[in-house]
Amino acid sequence: MSPETTAPPSPRTRDAPFADALLALGRRRDDIVVLSADLSRYTDVLPFAQAFPDRFFQCGMAEANMIGIAGGLAKRGLLPIAVTYGVFATRRAYDQVAMALCTGPSRAIVVAFLPGITTPFRATHQAIDDLALMRALPGMTVIDPLDATELAGALDAAAAHDGTVYLRGLRGAVREHVEPDGFAFELGAVRTLLDGGDVGVIGTGLGTEWALEASERLAQRGVHASVLHVPTLKPVDQAAIAAFCARFEVVTTVENHTTIGGLASVVAEALARTGAATRVEAAGVPDVWAPAGSLDHIKRELGLDPDALATRLEENR
Amino acid sequence: MTALEMDRADLARHAHGIRRRVLEMCRGRGQGYAGQGLALADLMACLHHHELRRGDDGRYRDALVISTGHSAIALFAVLGELGVYAAEELATYGMDGSRIEESPLEGLPGFEITGGSLGQGLSQAVGIALAERLAGSGNRVFCLVSDGELQEGQTWEAAMAAGHHRLEDLVVLIDNNRTQADGLTASVMGVEPVPEKFAAFGFAARRVDAHDVDALLAAFAQARATRDRPSAIVLETTLAKGVPCLEEYRNTHYIRVEDAVWARALDELEAAAP
Ligand SMILES: Cc1ncc(C[n+]2csc(CCOP(=O)(O)OP(=O)(O)O)c2C)c(N)n1
Ligand SMILES: [Mg+2]
Repeated sequence: MSPETTAPPSPRTRDAPFADALLALGRRRDDIVVLSADLSRYTDVLPFAQAFPDRFFQCGMAEANMIGIAGGLAKRGLLPIAVTYGVFATRRAYDQVAMALCTGPSRAIVVAFLPGITTPFRATHQAIDDLALMRALPGMTVIDPLDATELAGALDAAAAHDGTVYLRGLRGAVREHVEPDGFAFELGAVRTLLDGGDVGVIGTGLGTEWALEASERLAQRGVHASVLHVPTLKPVDQAAIAAFCARFEVVTTVENHTTIGGLASVVAEALARTGAATRVEAAGVPDVWAPAGSLDHIKRELGLDPDALATRLEENR
Repeated sequence: MTALEMDRADLARHAHGIRRRVLEMCRGRGQGYAGQGLALADLMACLHHHELRRGDDGRYRDALVISTGHSAIALFAVLGELGVYAAEELATYGMDGSRIEESPLEGLPGFEITGGSLGQGLSQAVGIALAERLAGSGNRVFCLVSDGELQEGQTWEAAMAAGHHRLEDLVVLIDNNRTQADGLTASVMGVEPVPEKFAAFGFAARRVDAHDVDALLAAFAQARATRDRPSAIVLETTLAKGVPCLEEYRNTHYIRVEDAVWARALDELEAAAP
């Protein structure tokens, strides 16, 4: 873990970072095969499919079958990257992910788009429980990237890793908070992005972006947050999390996921393990089905918009 | 005009009203599942104004289970016509805070199940049909699934159960628009021959032109007369049917266009009013 401080949230975006990263990976390694379940247009997979038609398998809308096929490809030494929406990769194909991809030496990467509340549809499309489900699988690595840079870096790290990886994806124009030059994604590492010291915040994925937005508002109110970013939920550096928490009476976790079984649990487990006394307040999707609509609307409804979240952070100090 | 001809003219008027509502719903945000709504208008008119029976309380006793969540727009439109949803509320389709969601959950008036996580609806329709049979209600169950949903294994698990249990009051309606998210169904993952597949699972199966009201009514009559086995009606639908300026979206899952196009679509529809 190397603490580093990045600039406050920038509106800079990168177009289809996953498409580029996948294409580059496909050029470097000919053991990479990609699978889609009728969503190649919607998950930035099309450029790979067009460049490497022989190494792209369209499975139709049949996620469980797609994961099973990935398992077969893996058994013959290929590295399958199965790409769909998070809800379908996890809820629909959970047993297949567990049995075909997690029980033996063969491995794969499951890339899961529309994480959490980043879809206008409700329970059917919001992957709010995927991190909890995937974290529970023995040996599974679970990554929720913050931005375009981390997504691209995490794909490379996943491909280099000896084990199955669940990676949340971000599509279209994706924010770029982290400078891509010289960035390498380190599995399991946590990073301090802000170190104001007044309030303690821990984020993962877009939750970290929301924490940074709220921190900006807080700074305008004269309160300076420390923000720890935890892009890998498993494995995780429990000691580093506990060390960060030790400086605060309360920390607030912020995640694009239900507050059950995801980041809040990761932090609580780290604290319980190390015997630290810091309290954990959890921001994210509470134990309800989130509403439908635009991301801004859903964030407001859940108290995750910058102002509401800033107030929550201020109260938790 | 004979009674039959009057019935046909009525159904055409209802289908037209459904198409108008579909366009009005999408116009608010300039986007929506207009293709499916327009394609299913004739079916919805024939189901709600002819085939589904009402009880003494005026409510439908026969069930319509929409497995294809995003095709909700067609159900919203016909229910709008029937006064279940006001036009002003339908105009909020897909907007923040509206209950007229693009893919709604169970419990909203008219919605028996949560569709949209595709491929799950037919199983629930089988469960409803088993419950109706157990209760001796005689109520029938219609279930709308898409051609894309035929790729999900669960659809076939449900079909096998329906055939095995000889659910004669179950009718599967397959929206065979030959299109899915990544393109033409035949190129993504072929599903044909659909009637033969359902027949092999114990269904009385037939293919119909879903924009020919007579053909639809005849298929319904055949399903009604079929005892001892479930029925499958493979509906040959055309996305965006009835609106020429949206023709280029005939193989598109979702439509997002300028307001001028929606205005023109409404004009074209009015010009063709029955
Ligand atoms: C289980 C599942 N997988 C994937 C999706 C994403 N998705 C939404 S619609 C669709 C396919 C659309 O094709 P079809 O089902 O034939 O519906 P149509 O567009 O023709 O109405 C897909 C893959 C989904 N909603 N549910
Ligand atoms: Mg279709």
